[in-house]
Amino acid sequence: MSTIPYVPSPAQRAREEYRRRQTVLSVLIAAASTAAVGTLLAFAVTGAPGWDRVRQSFLDPQIARDALPRVLAGLWLNVRLLVCCAVAALLLGLLIAILRTLRGPVFFPIRALATSYTYTFRGLPLIIVIYVLALGTPGLRLQGMPSVLVLGGAALVLTYSGYLAEVFRAGIESVHPSQLAAARSLGLTYRQTMRHVVLPQAVRRVAPPLLNDIVAMQKDVGLVALAGPIDAVRAAQIATAQTFNFTPYIVAGVLFVLLAIPLIAITDQVTLRAARRQSGG
Amino acid sequence: MDVLRCQGLRKVFGDQVVLDGLDLTVAEHQVVALIGASGSGKSTLLRCVNLLEELHDGTIELDGEEISAPGVDPDKVRRRIGMVFQSYNLFPHLSVLDNITLAPRRVHGRSRREAETRARELLDRVGLGAKADAYPDRLSGGQQQRVAIVRALANSPRLLLLDEVTSALDPELVGEVLTMIRDLKADGMTMVLATHEMGFARDVADQVCFLDAGRVVESGPPQQVLADPTHPRTRQFLARIIEAGRL
Ligand SMILES: Nc1ncnc2c1ncn2[C@@H]1O[C@H](COP(=O)(O)OP(=O)(O)OP(=O)(O)O)[C@@H](O)[C@H]1O
Ligand SMILES: [Mg+2]
Repeated sequence: MSTIPYVPSPAQRAREEYRRRQTVLSVLIAAASTAAVGTLLAFAVTGAPGWDRVRQSFLDPQIARDALPRVLAGLWLNVRLLVCCAVAALLLGLLIAILRTLRGPVFFPIRALATSYTYTFRGLPLIIVIYVLALGTPGLRLQGMPSVLVLGGAALVLTYSGYLAEVFRAGIESVHPSQLAAARSLGLTYRQTMRHVVLPQAVRRVAPPLLNDIVAMQKDVGLVALAGPIDAVRAAQIATAQTFNFTPYIVAGVLFVLLAIPLIAITDQVTLRAARRQSGG
Repeated sequence: MDVLRCQGLRKVFGDQVVLDGLDLTVAEHQVVALIGASGSGKSTLLRCVNLLEELHDGTIELDGEEISAPGVDPDKVRRRIGMVFQSYNLFPHLSVLDNITLAPRRVHGRSRREAETRARELLDRVGLGAKADAYPDRLSGGQQQRVAIVRALANSPRLLLLDEVTSALDPELVGEVLTMIRDLKADGMTMVLATHEMGFARDVADQVCFLDAGRVVESGPPQQVLADPTHPRTRQFLARIIEAGRL
């Protein structure tokens, strides 16, 4: 550490001044071009011959206000479902990924099962899983059958854990074998090596794609409504049927985007951090 | 007393015989240097001794106990053998201190306090006390390799295996690692080291073994093997090294 106060040279000050000017300039240019494009778009859309009809049936402010409370109530269900399903799918996905990496003939059946799980649920359309689970299984009339909501959530968890397992597995396999050799040479068992050396590195590396899948899941939570529970999309559908106006769907759509923004922002943040770590900065 | 005794070791990769009936004995407090051309099997031998590779024939004894016998738990054996790799292999997600205390805590059941006190002691001794909380990517290669050695020492191993621990380092960083190994020798640590640094082998080793085609074809005190080799393969190898200006 030097104790001499740092005084930038004239050349360095000139360089910094130039950079500052360049930054101001590019912000101004960006603002101007955004304004121009926005104005053009607004004219093009509102000037379209069918604009008035579209505005009436999709953008009616009164209907939007009336539908909002019900759609919001539905959205609350989406949020709760998303949190529960995301946590469950992450845990199940991690478990399946670990099972798939087990070595040795003893584990062959477990490995085969985990592998076929990821093949099946990545191939199967989510809608079919929801229908079979939420509408099919109650038909069995078993004792203590969970509600349709839980069954729909389970369908979501089953499908998404298939994807998440593959992301986790990619992360586990991206950890260099020399890390395993180092851990084992210290006397750590296979399990301890996984727990303390491989998984922490793997999860850090695949956090961005994991979060991305959770963003996708956020939208698919709405599909559970197909089986009956009233979520935001279903609430909008009901409101639309009552008013013969599509505005409630727009309300639901806007709310979904608003809900996704924080999640996407976190994903971007994590991705950026991961990229910085990779480049050693 | 012999710490390590290998007899008739055989290791095959596909149809390539890498170790072909190799014998090696290391007495307590002894430092043995393995030299030999690239691909002669030095790393493979060290990995076999640490049970990181499956053996295809022969026996390995550690302190008179056969560790290559069926039914021996390799995890328990590895606790008694330290290994340091060419590429350091520190855990990038753990701080220097956590790298060092991981095995003492998880394998040997030491408390965090106890393990950290000892880790700091070891770090201070090699002049890295200030780096305890740094992450590996903030250290120079020489510092990383010294941390890797400290990590192996934290298990108080009976035997330390060093696989070309300086060959990934810039020339000016080699010295600090070699000094550390010299100090270990002075402390009486039993070591087997694979190296391309003939000068260092001459300095620090009690015995030099020349490996060729999966066997020890010549071994003895460094003055003899390095200065006055008898086997033609050893002569050839050393002539090439001298030609390259590395002795
Ligand atoms: N996992 C493996 N699979 C197949 N072949 C291998 C494997 N590991 C080593 N070998 C082969 O075994 C031979 C001996 O390798 P080894 O790494 O032990 O040599 P070395 O003496 O350490 O060489 P160097 O001085 O370059 O480190 C080489 O021919 C190498 O290709
Ligand atoms: Mg090698």
